[in-house]
Amino acid sequence: MIVPSLMDGLLLGFVYGIAAMGLSLIWGVMDVINLAHGPIIALGMFGIYLGFTGLGLNPYLTLLLVAAGGLLLGVLIYWMAVQRVINAPHLSTLLATFAVNMIIIGIATAVFTTSPRNVDFSLGSFFLGPVTIPWTRLLAALASVLVTGLLYLFLYRTRPGKAIRAVSDNRAAAELMGIPTSWILALAFGLGTMFAAISGGLIATFFPFTILAGGSYELKSFVICVLGGLGNPLGALIGGLLLGALEGIIPAFMETSWVPVLEFVLFVLILLVRPQGLLGSKT
Amino acid sequence: MKKLAYWIMVLALLTVSLAACGATAEPTMAPEPTMAPEATQAPEATTAEQPMGEEVTMVIGFTTSQTGKYNVSSLRQVNGLMLWMNEVNDAGGITLSDGTVVKFDYKTYDDESTTERVQELYTRLATEDNADFLISPYSSGLTSAAALIAQQYGKIMITTGAASDSTYMEGYTLVFQAYTPASRYLTGAVDLLANTDSSVKQLAFVYENDKFSTDVVNAAKTYAEGEGYEVVLFEGYDSETQDFGPFINKILDSGAQAILGGGHFQDGSTFARQIYEKEVGINYFALLVAPPEPDFADLGDAAVGVIGPSQWEPLAEFTPESAQAAGMDWFGVLGSEFVSAYEDAYDEEPSYHSMGGYAAGQILQKAIMDADSTDPDAVKAAMEAMDMLTAYGHIKFDTSAEAHGLQIGHSMVYVQWQTDDAGNLTKQVVWPLEGKTADVLYPKP
Repeated sequence: MIVPSLMDGLLLGFVYGIAAMGLSLIWGVMDVINLAHGPIIALGMFGIYLGFTGLGLNPYLTLLLVAAGGLLLGVLIYWMAVQRVINAPHLSTLLATFAVNMIIIGIATAVFTTSPRNVDFSLGSFFLGPVTIPWTRLLAALASVLVTGLLYLFLYRTRPGKAIRAVSDNRAAAELMGIPTSWILALAFGLGTMFAAISGGLIATFFPFTILAGGSYELKSFVICVLGGLGNPLGALIGGLLLGALEGIIPAFMETSWVPVLEFVLFVLILLVRPQGLLGSKT
Repeated sequence: MKKLAYWIMVLALLTVSLAACGATAEPTMAPEPTMAPEATQAPEATTAEQPMGEEVTMVIGFTTSQTGKYNVSSLRQVNGLMLWMNEVNDAGGITLSDGTVVKFDYKTYDDESTTERVQELYTRLATEDNADFLISPYSSGLTSAAALIAQQYGKIMITTGAASDSTYMEGYTLVFQAYTPASRYLTGAVDLLANTDSSVKQLAFVYENDKFSTDVVNAAKTYAEGEGYEVVLFEGYDSETQDFGPFINKILDSGAQAILGGGHFQDGSTFARQIYEKEVGINYFALLVAPPEPDFADLGDAAVGVIGPSQWEPLAEFTPESAQAAGMDWFGVLGSEFVSAYEDAYDEEPSYHSMGGYAAGQILQKAIMDADSTDPDAVKAAMEAMDMLTAYGHIKFDTSAEAHGLQIGHSMVYVQWQTDDAGNLTKQVVWPLEGKTADVLYPKP
């Protein structure tokens, strides 16, 4: 039972990692905790749902549209809600993103209601020894790895990516070097929400969801960011794998209802013992 | 510590935002349920030449889960109730011996599938809206909350879509149950398994951690152990569970040869889908609530072989002759007539939730006719004396102080999704043997 449970947990952990990566990127670059992270994940789910049921599109092709939509939405949220309070105390940015969170949930609830939705898309399963792996889970994990790799290429091999890293290191110095920091911060925020939307889209291929479903993944993202290291995308991915593995293994030894309890015990322990996270902050 | 305090603040804000999603607001009026067309069959209440008397309108209050996880079953329940109401009104209402003509109107709100909204809305229905009679929301959990309000404000409530026994052990005297109680929901599935493969001895119960499902599996576990089965896994899952992987791994590890459990439509469907995706080699799989719903067929191959208990099926046919043979009164239309009227009205096949709503209306109608009055005390006495057969089945209520209002007449049937020769998914009655329409498909493909 341990091997199948661990495998299930790790496959899910990749997707958790992508979700957390989005939160971690925004946090690392501009010290903003995006409390609208959860509803954006849910919007990613609905994007796949609408593309699949409304337009008959393959969910993995729709994911490209969802990613683009997440990027644009993030840039819009930045300019409308975050940019004005970016230099204010943390509480202001928290409240600003909290307000965005409530607006998105309110509008989406009015449009979609809170009824559960399903993307009835199945690619079957295959056997790997004692483990049965649904193809949708494996593809989600592979997509997560691909997206992580693309992020690293972007951050380390492209001018906008280097600009993001420069702004993250020292905003004032970056401004003096001619980098348009406001646009770079908007881009970083958009990338963060793009990752959130992508993770939601991948989750929609194997779990049902409602407009409120993003909340639980948002909480996991916080735990993962602290676990892996604040502002560290690679740490977020590794933290996601660790959390996924825990979620897979714990039920093998005790009732599944203990999983969230132990997750948050770990959260508090990491904050107390190693607050910089396993891989440290902002690599 | 500063960092810890900061994080606590962040988590508090997150919690507030999650709680705010369920914050109370002005009650949302449920949109007009789809109205049934002109009734094709007059109910037995009226005769051709009644003197014209005073017309009174009885207001029936209820909530509908227009949104939230119960919406599929709740909307079907309300459709059934509306079909009944429109049939009675279109046929001229119920004429009492003093010439009074009783017609019905309704008041409903969206309870969003939450207990908090039910408490608020049923209080509103009983006090501000002055509903004369109440029908329960869908689900045992919501009904338990509504029943308390009904009793508190002295309103007769007919519950449908609510099977939990415990609601009727609370000392209520005004709450009457249409459904077969939860304690008898899955016992037939154990009997079916015993009849199909007596070599199976190890069962797994994996169920939703809510009032109804817990009541069902506790009773089924006791029954199964009494029949010589070993329960190798007995675990509940949170109502919001989406990933059944950990439970499936536990089932495989336990050596269980059969799975029973589930909860409601959404989680049951997800459980069935993931069992199929994981290619779990379980021969017998029985779930609550989900399998009898026509929408369960949307699962495709994942639905094949799944068994579910049903309060009623279109294939079941009770008749005036069978009522006479059993020494009971017959009341209302035939099952085939209900199916035809429902399909005409809603362009879909009725589920047992639909029939439950319709039956709730029939119970109220018959009670008013038997009481020859709309006086609540007289209607209550008529319900306590009720012993009738309808298209839904036998209706009779427990009148003891310990379990007043518990349904003691009605029984479950068990359905299974099978593919016909053309490869189409069809729902067949497989138990009890005297009512079956097909042999059980075993082992599950």
